[in-house]
Amino acid sequence: MIVASNLTKRYPGGYEAVRDISFEISAGQMVLIGGHSGAGKTTLVKLIASIERPTAGSLVVNGQNLSALRRSAIPYVRRHFGLVFQDQKLLFDRSALDNVLLPLLIAGLPRRDAIRRAQAALDKVGLLAREKANPIALSGGEQQRLAIARAVVNRPTVLLADEPTANLDVESARAILDLFADFHRVGVTVVVATHDESWIDYCHPNVLRLDHGRLL
Amino acid sequence: MSAWLTQHRAALAGAFRRLFVAPMSTVLSLLVIGIALTLPALGYVLLDNLRELGSRAAGVKQISVFMEPGASRQEADEIASRLRQAGGLNWRFVPREEALQRLQQTEGMAEIVASLPRNPLPDAFIVEPQDTGPAALEALSQELAGWPKVAHVQLDSAWVKRFDAFLRLGRLALALLAGLFAAGLVAVTFNTIRLQVMAQAAEIEVARMIGATDAFIRRPFYYYGALQGALGGLLAAALVLAGLRLLAGPVGELATLYGTAFALQAPAASGAAVLGAGGALLGWLGAQLSVSLSLRRFD
Repeated sequence: MIVASNLTKRYPGGYEAVRDISFEISAGQMVLIGGHSGAGKTTLVKLIASIERPTAGSLVVNGQNLSALRRSAIPYVRRHFGLVFQDQKLLFDRSALDNVLLPLLIAGLPRRDAIRRAQAALDKVGLLAREKANPIALSGGEQQRLAIARAVVNRPTVLLADEPTANLDVESARAILDLFADFHRVGVTVVVATHDESWIDYCHPNVLRLDHGRLL
Repeated sequence: MSAWLTQHRAALAGAFRRLFVAPMSTVLSLLVIGIALTLPALGYVLLDNLRELGSRAAGVKQISVFMEPGASRQEADEIASRLRQAGGLNWRFVPREEALQRLQQTEGMAEIVASLPRNPLPDAFIVEPQDTGPAALEALSQELAGWPKVAHVQLDSAWVKRFDAFLRLGRLALALLAGLFAAGLVAVTFNTIRLQVMAQAAEIEVARMIGATDAFIRRPFYYYGALQGALGGLLAAALVLAGLRLLAGPVGELATLYGTAFALQAPAASGAAVLGAGGALLGWLGAQLSVSLSLRRFD
């Protein structure tokens, strides 16, 4: 499903965040990308989500070579992924429901159907009662769950997360881990970049460990 | 197709909503656009009325064809037959008797006319061609002058030329003014949209990351620019109508003082539609330029 071959990402100025790495992630797997801060975890997540483009090597997702993709095709590739960011990237000028609606409206779903699906996603993460709340009124854990609802509402084949439990207390982090485990159980491929080792004991994922951009 | 329609409908609804988010700013932008379009539009309408007034003025764009004093009625009939064959001409025969009678009726001329031993006036034709351009009038008067027994052809060509040159100058000045104000409208929309893109930077960034196409992101701004321009155009149409209504009374009085009846003609409803469509087009253009430049920083 995700096949990286000799993947390299070099930023302007010459810094290589990812160096010549190769790996394969099968459909339905749960994979943890581990490593210290600055190891290249976030860059790898961005490469898989086609937010960044590789400098060298190839990255094939669902049979599509992202390295050779036309710029206009990138948005459609991104719709295969559910993205969860450490800083959530929620929109604070609208309600929780409207945040979750965004991917569905981008996909062109009629508003009525989109609302139904967004409410189901909010229900899944336990936030249906807060659908009208502004994200700013939610706790850190709730904001992260809201971000997960937005990531999964479009039923992505891959759920990609970058440090989803950073800055959360143990209880909130455990709730997030449970959610990811639930999605993995129903067949969603889950790729999580984190330095939080508790994921390994709790979810037993396959681990890709990075060190200074290289795969150990 | 249905997703495409859904997205367009949503973008249009979003554009309408944005107009009401900051009503004061919207009203000010509409006023700027409306006034910018009003000035050339009002100028065009006034110039059109002036052209109409000029074409209706007595003697203007008429050619008087005077026969030789000794020309017989048969020879006058020959000229009438030629005029009939020429086509595209309205003409009227003025026999010498009628001309003398009219002269007699002119104040202070009765005694002078009575003292004349015989009628000194020739038969004449008043010709009004359909093509009233100065060049066409000049060519026709030259042709008429060459016809048999025609003594003199009178065309106030200098007046016609001056009037036509004035209209051309007016049209050119209006075109320049319209161009300047159109650029101003594009600039106003450009700036409004730029500010909106900046205000929605977070939404645009998130939308791109979760799969929004360029078209999805640009569309609401295009609709907003076009909508703002169209509303500005319709406001300009209303201002033009209001201006004409204000001017109608004084212009009518002035015309009466000059012994003529003249009422300012308001443009047809299609004129308002043209202003609205023109405003929408310029607004869309401003939005297009602004979005293209502003979104580069998200690449």
